[in-house]
Amino acid sequence: MQPAKAETGTISRLMRVFRGDQKRSELKEFTINQHPGMVVLDAIHQIQAEQAGDLACRWNCKAGKCGSCSAEINGRPRLMCMTRMGDFAPGETITVRPMKTFPVIKDLVTDVSWNYEINKKIKPFTPKPKNADGTWRMQQYEVDRVQEFRKCIECFLCQDVCHVLRDHDKKSEFGGPRFFVRAASLEMHPLDTADRVPMIKESLGVGLCNITKCCTEVCPENITITDNAIIPLKERVVSRYFDPLAALWQKISGLPKQPRGGA
Amino acid sequence: MANYQSIEHDVLIIGAGGAGIRAAIEAAEMGANVGLICKSLLGKAHTVMAEGGMAAALGNVESKDNWQVHFRDTMRGGKMLNNWRMAQLHAQEAPDRANELEAYGAVFDRTPDGRILQRNFGGHLYPRLAHVGDRTGLEMIRTLQDKAVHTKGLEVHMECTIYKLLVNDGRVCGAIGYWRQTGEFVVFKAKAVVIATGGIGKSFKVTSNSWEYTGDGHAMAYLAGADLIDMEFVQFHPTGMMWPLSVKGILVTEGVRGEGGVLRNNKGERFMFKYVPEQFKKDYADTEDEARRWLDGDKTARRPPELLTRDVVARAINAEVKAGRGTPHGGAYLDIAAARSPDYIKRKLPSMYHQFKELAQVDITKEAMEVGPTTHYIMGGVRVNPETAESTVPGIFAAGEAAGGMHGANRLGGNSLSDLLVFGRRAGMGAANYAKNLKTSPALNQADIDATLKEMTAPLDRVSGENPYTIAQDLQETMQTHVGIIREEAEMKEGLEKVLKLKERASRAQSSGTRAYNPGWNQALDLRAMLTCSEAIARAAIERKESRGGHTRNDYPDYDKDLSKVNFLIKKTTAGEMGIRKEPLPQMPAELQELFKGESNATSQS
Repeated sequence: MQPAKAETGTISRLMRVFRGDQKRSELKEFTINQHPGMVVLDAIHQIQAEQAGDLACRWNCKAGKCGSCSAEINGRPRLMCMTRMGDFAPGETITVRPMKTFPVIKDLVTDVSWNYEINKKIKPFTPKPKNADGTWRMQQYEVDRVQEFRKCIECFLCQDVCHVLRDHDKKSEFGGPRFFVRAASLEMHPLDTADRVPMIKESLGVGLCNITKCCTEVCPENITITDNAIIPLKERVVSRYFDPLAALWQKISGLPKQPRGGA
Repeated sequence: MANYQSIEHDVLIIGAGGAGIRAAIEAAEMGANVGLICKSLLGKAHTVMAEGGMAAALGNVESKDNWQVHFRDTMRGGKMLNNWRMAQLHAQEAPDRANELEAYGAVFDRTPDGRILQRNFGGHLYPRLAHVGDRTGLEMIRTLQDKAVHTKGLEVHMECTIYKLLVNDGRVCGAIGYWRQTGEFVVFKAKAVVIATGGIGKSFKVTSNSWEYTGDGHAMAYLAGADLIDMEFVQFHPTGMMWPLSVKGILVTEGVRGEGGVLRNNKGERFMFKYVPEQFKKDYADTEDEARRWLDGDKTARRPPELLTRDVVARAINAEVKAGRGTPHGGAYLDIAAARSPDYIKRKLPSMYHQFKELAQVDITKEAMEVGPTTHYIMGGVRVNPETAESTVPGIFAAGEAAGGMHGANRLGGNSLSDLLVFGRRAGMGAANYAKNLKTSPALNQADIDATLKEMTAPLDRVSGENPYTIAQDLQETMQTHVGIIREEAEMKEGLEKVLKLKERASRAQSSGTRAYNPGWNQALDLRAMLTCSEAIARAAIERKESRGGHTRNDYPDYDKDLSKVNFLIKKTTAGEMGIRKEPLPQMPAELQELFKGESNATSQS
């Protein structure tokens, strides 16, 4: 990939797009007219309007806010709406495939329903009682870190790139980066009182992550998934289950959770 | 005849944005068996694109704020055409809904004393918008989504498009549609239906709206016999991206101006000072110095004119461009870099920073943005009872953008997210109560179902015909040109003729492939709703021979005294034609009228 340059004029561009379903598929070639500033999603729309009306893809906002148009563009998991065509060299063919980690439904659309099932397993937000004046007080610095996690647009690109899911298909034992981010956003919420550490260890299987940080690299929202969400959760699991001093403290104090602010 | 699946619910909610999910939670908590239909995946609805915030008179930043001030701002912003009762309920209940969202787990930005922070926005006298940077809509949808999946009695149906409401004996009995993934048909039997399908922006060429905004709910309610109200009022948001072409229309949040962004023309002139309407002069600064002092927190200074209502700012940009003072791509410059530090901008407007950096290669911490009007929101919609959100057809309820009346001639920024929650909740409650009190469950009409199935498969059954994408593009071009931001009688009549011709073309739309995840076929079926809404907008816009709020006419540039007292209503006639009639505004009680003492809504608007 070349660095972005000021684009002028329309050029012709060869695209290869995955077409088909689980039974039959091929990479089909389309030549499109690339206008300045165009993104890959525009090219897909052009193909739909002019060459293949039934080419399936998901999209909604076209502004990087909804996380619908995830795909693999020249092998890299990206949002089609935020990938500029001009970032590729003029003669370079652009290949668009669906996310590999999830079963293909049709063309660029995959079955991501597994993610919604995992989400249901995570214990919901459980706030402590309100203050006497009927409000909850939280300082901005206290919410900064959960706000980072709450930026997640559920594009599932982190799930797509995670080798535990992608190469080892451990969907029955592992929740994946998205749901560590989700769990962290609840665990570190200043008002929350629920205990999710056993679930993070058992059903989300945080131990299987070996911190290759691929998820952090592909996140279009630039969430520091590994360092800020996964590692602190791993630490909570370790101190709960494997740290003798913490286990003793827990026994004496009767406190099920780590003190707030502790990672 | 094609097969179909049958599913039964007490309450069927069509649309899973803020209004739909909030309605579903309410109805389910009241004990109803609820089906929640998403056209996309759950959590992707248009609400995620809302940026600036949710208006609620919490009074956390300015203690003088209260529901009366919010109500007055809303009515003034709507040029007094709003349904006063909806505006009142909205202003009164919005703070509870904001606090409730926090109780569901939303994490708003905070004040120094740890409460929900509120920011300034166009048309709001005080800082009123609870927000999370510039991604408030995402926070709302994710919070509601997680609340909904843990609510008992609530079943989510994803990637399902509803095509028609089923009505029998004058009341709703269900809805029919298809699963997008497989193309299989589905009939929902329901006692009550809530329409929460959002807006109609996809009928215009330059829009901030996604593919989902094809006006399905507006059209289905109309076809089922319900009244539509205020359809002439479409909001053109003043600041959409202008360049590159492929991103033209994408929203630039009003939060940029709320945080101090200023508008300039190609001469470097801060032109908004010239466009302050008479009615608002006492609340807005008349020098750059005063505007700057306001931004620095001087409470004696008045607000910058960039924070006028959206209709005023959009018209001003349009006028500057027409006068030859536009930017290279035909807009205005919006500059935040001069007002705020790079760190502040990145913290308060992170999505804007990334959006411009990645899509336009503009660094907004250093350079000005090029912005111009983009089709953003429809004030008009299904006419509802303010208390229950029920339409004029028993059992059909509506909330959010699909409902009309709340915003009058122009919606204030931030009043949408609050509207979604206030009236989403009321619609859920209304529908659950209606379902509970229904003595006999209405029966489905098989002939109606069979005819609809045939209608839905028609585009795939044709061996030749028109490309549905081309018809959609021609419609977008037509509405943009003929019924856009500045309107004129002859232009609109020509536009209406074109829409009617496009209707004929749509009846010949042909798609290839199978029904499984076929966007071409889906587009062919969406045309009916897009065309119905376009026709309604054009007809109402022709009838309103004045300029007011989002409706600006070259041939009638001023307010009309008589038209200031009426809404236009659209209803299908017994002959199946689109009928339009005037109806007087509901009478506002004296104690609320007091709030507007000395103001007139019949004077010139610009």
